[in-house]
Amino acid sequence: MVRKALTGNHAISYAVKLVKPEVIAAYPITPQTSIVEKLSEMVESGELDSTMIRVESEHSALAACYGAALAGARAFTATSSQGLLYMHEVVHWVSRARIPMVMAVVSRTINAPWNIWPDHSDFMDQRDAGWIMAYAMDNQEALDLTIQAFKISEDPEVYLPVMVGIEGFILGHTTMPVEIPDEELVREWLGPRRQPYVVDGSSPIGVGGLTMPEETEDIFHGIQESMESAKRVIERVDREYGRMFGRSYGGLTQCYRCEDADYLAVSMGAWSGDLMEAVNKLREEGYRVGVLRLRFYRPFPREDLLEHAGRSKGVVVFDRAVSFGAWGPIFADLVASLAERPEKLPALSNIVAGIAGVNITSEDFEKLVKRFIESVEKGEKPVYFEWFRKR
Amino acid sequence: MDRVEVVKPVHGRLPLTTPSKGVAGKTGLWRTERPVVDNGKCTRCFQCEIYCPVNVIRVEPETGVSIDYEYCKGCGVCADVCPMRAISMVPEAG
Ligand code: SF4
Ligand code: SF4
Repeated sequence: MVRKALTGNHAISYAVKLVKPEVIAAYPITPQTSIVEKLSEMVESGELDSTMIRVESEHSALAACYGAALAGARAFTATSSQGLLYMHEVVHWVSRARIPMVMAVVSRTINAPWNIWPDHSDFMDQRDAGWIMAYAMDNQEALDLTIQAFKISEDPEVYLPVMVGIEGFILGHTTMPVEIPDEELVREWLGPRRQPYVVDGSSPIGVGGLTMPEETEDIFHGIQESMESAKRVIERVDREYGRMFGRSYGGLTQCYRCEDADYLAVSMGAWSGDLMEAVNKLREEGYRVGVLRLRFYRPFPREDLLEHAGRSKGVVVFDRAVSFGAWGPIFADLVASLAERPEKLPALSNIVAGIAGVNITSEDFEKLVKRFIESVEKGEKPVYFEWFRKR
Repeated sequence: MDRVEVVKPVHGRLPLTTPSKGVAGKTGLWRTERPVVDNGKCTRCFQCEIYCPVNVIRVEPETGVSIDYEYCKGCGVCADVCPMRAISMVPEAG
């Protein structure tokens, strides 16, 4: 194991190098580009024995990975924002074909207008595509999650592709110390690639041909069942990873000071660190509040939310994306989960913030969480939905 | 590809089909007209071979034109481009 100062993007490149996929295909798009630039340097220098396919678009990048993975190769691609939207059609093809694969999504606001700063809108746009969706909080987790993603994706209980998200620039271009596990150990831990079928010409099979409605429904229903069992697989893989490499994160969510909390703030991504800092301050002032951070958005961690939020007096959800005309996407799913036990519904509030890359500080979080707790304590109904803008 | 283990999924059916007539590029039953060649009129100009969009025509100097009907889509391009009107489209059912 070595320690290096790496950007979030390069942390992902190093994770991919340890895994050594046979095929990497990508099209450059800010802020993802430095992931594949680094990988292409590694391939060029002979450090990494992979085939790098330079394609003319993101649609083709994922299509090339899809073809390679059908033929039995580990495959990897990375993208952002408009590129991810452009490949969206193939995003569905991969999951519905039940083909394991890993893609990094370096989040960036969706145009128009042109904007390179991050929010979660590109990631959230893939919500219903049948991919396992993970989101890291720091560069170390970006590396660990990428390695874990291959293992999760190739588990016969799952057999779905996995996307690993990080915010562009905030993590993507910010340097932190990162521990890089031993290459041999990573390969040994991953073992040989597993997938449900291979197109290798040895026997003729048709993939994705016309199927009658009832059979197609069966295929899609299998994805829903696999999403459920992925919850167990994700926890198991994280535990095994912890035993092997010394770091584990706890599964679908990370609970920060929420065991004894009366109030809960829910978030996903890098700004969770600022939220945790705010919670530390609030704890000093006597507010019993914790953070429940989503590490996985799909499968949705319904059980974790029921467990923690179900015994809270109030839950405030911070969304860095908005479903125009409704709420933040995490909030909508959280309320649906909690409604399973309506007798235990806590006070609820959704704050959409940090849209289009607007910087939200730890002080902002402190103010917003404190305002929420105080309104509940006073017996007032807290604001149900608010788009927090800084001007 | 000995690094790959094919293991059945625990959940769900796979979106796989077995190739039969109608897949793998074969035309199956849906062609309505087929091209028929009069090799007596044919001058071996190769126009039909060049223009067939699915590349199923072979022109030999000695024997003339042959068409692979397993894959021919019945589009009629060959009949249209033949300067000698040596190819005619006839109804499949008849
Ligand atoms: S009918 Fe069309 S597909 Fe068939 S041989 Fe002629 S050009 Fe080719
Ligand atoms: S286009 Fe007509 S003349 Fe020319 S090779 Fe074909 S059938 Fe013969």
